[in-house]
Amino acid sequence: MDAPMAMIEKNQDTRETAAVTVEGISMHYPGGVHALEDICLSIPRGKMTAFLGPSGCGKTTLLKIIAGLLEPSSGDVFVNGKKTTAPGPERAFVFQDFALLPWANVLRNVAFGLELRGRKKGEREEIARKFIAQTGLTGFEHHYPHQLSGGMRQRAGLARALVINAEILLMDEPFSAVDEQMRRKLQEDLLSLLAVENKTVIFVTHSIEEAVYLADQTVILSPRPGRIAKIVSTDLHSDLTPDQIRRDRRYLDMVDEIWGGLKQYLE
Amino acid sequence: MKTRKTDKAVGTSQIGSGTKTDRSFGSVVLGPVWLWQLLSLCTVFGIWEIAGRIPISLAFPSFTATCAAFFEMIMDGSFATAYASTLPPLIIGILIVSFGGVAWGVLMGLSRGFEWTCMSLLVILQTAPVAAIVPLITYAYGIDMTSKVIVVVIMSAPLVILNSYKGIRSTNPSLLQMCRSFQGNRWQEITKIILPQASGMIFAGLRLGISGGFIGIVLAELLITPTGIGDLITYNRASALYAHMFAAIASIIIFSTLTLTVLQRLEHKIFRPELGTMSGQVN
Repeated sequence: MDAPMAMIEKNQDTRETAAVTVEGISMHYPGGVHALEDICLSIPRGKMTAFLGPSGCGKTTLLKIIAGLLEPSSGDVFVNGKKTTAPGPERAFVFQDFALLPWANVLRNVAFGLELRGRKKGEREEIARKFIAQTGLTGFEHHYPHQLSGGMRQRAGLARALVINAEILLMDEPFSAVDEQMRRKLQEDLLSLLAVENKTVIFVTHSIEEAVYLADQTVILSPRPGRIAKIVSTDLHSDLTPDQIRRDRRYLDMVDEIWGGLKQYLE
Repeated sequence: MKTRKTDKAVGTSQIGSGTKTDRSFGSVVLGPVWLWQLLSLCTVFGIWEIAGRIPISLAFPSFTATCAAFFEMIMDGSFATAYASTLPPLIIGILIVSFGGVAWGVLMGLSRGFEWTCMSLLVILQTAPVAAIVPLITYAYGIDMTSKVIVVVIMSAPLVILNSYKGIRSTNPSLLQMCRSFQGNRWQEITKIILPQASGMIFAGLRLGISGGFIGIVLAELLITPTGIGDLITYNRASALYAHMFAAIASIIIFSTLTLTVLQRLEHKIFRPELGTMSGQVN
């Protein structure tokens, strides 16, 4: 490819400064499903980015490609400027279905990432206990997943991702499997948790309200094959507290604007 | 409560499938479960006793006569002698299947190539009528221990292999992705995710395999040479000591049931500690 020199350098720059850069990602699943088409995107460091779109637009696929769990048909993913094709220690994944080991208690589940890295039992459990406390699970260390409610299971899933101290947190519809009230509680807790931890977060959601409430930037994908329809700045955190956001005029306007854009895909 | 996918076993029966929840439900509404089990046993034994006393057949002893014969055979040492010759081939066969069969099934679950090579062989092994093969085995291996071990293995291996294979294949793909996302390697994936998840079905297969092994050993002792418990059955039938024959049959049933119960307890204790906490969910 003979792109002009300046263009390459510019790409190089964004790759270095952004936490994650996605260049020209397309995805064809074996069997003929064309999930993603030429996605180019950069995820700013220390910010929260939401992938939003109608079901089947490939948002989870895109997240899993960034995580290194799926291999794209074409295109590259750069994490901190380095090309990656596999999971790495700088990224942690939170699963929609929690993916907790049913035969392990909360303590072992939360410490599982460190267990895989061969850390000593006492050491990893000490770290795990810190995050169990941060996610509000103290007292449930020795409970098994089936003894926990959906909200508590996802807290454990989140704690497990935080334990390995990755700078990038990837969350696949993290709160879709819990009820509405618990979802609001978890969203609030997530915001206050991330206020102290400086992390880059990418999450997939099908809730416009969730995207606007949590994210600094919302990437809207069109239906299959998924393309970037629009990137909306939904940053309300810089001058509003979490309690104020939902009552703010701009929040309502943003929700309305995004809904206006998404509506066309549902007809 | 979610039903556990892994507990579905390939085969005909599953022993002791009553879970903790069934029991606690029973204890709340209907009183202790053991009372109902006792009642069921008493009913069967009562009908047996009446049928034996009518008598419906000269060859059908009453429950009490069978019990008397049972204790007599314990006291005069005939059970001890019989089991001393029945158990070695049974245990050897089951050990071979427990290690070889589980390993075979696990390999089939992990490797497509191995699966394609072995699957047809297994299907043949599973559908073959063993009683028809026994004379062939005797012809090839004679009438000693080897033949009996082979019959035990043939009866139990397919159940163990197929269950282990299915157990490995039923791994939750989301857990595998989770393991990969934390950079777990293939070895960790197998030992920390796939095997623990499959353990329920592997053990269900072992239980089925062991009950198959019991069938195998009795078949071998009846069809190859009357030794051990097979000899007790044949000899007492030939001597018209029907109570003794029934007692011998009862002994092998009791023995296999006890073995399987102990195995199930062991399995829960070692591999699935969470099953012991199945009641009392927090919501």
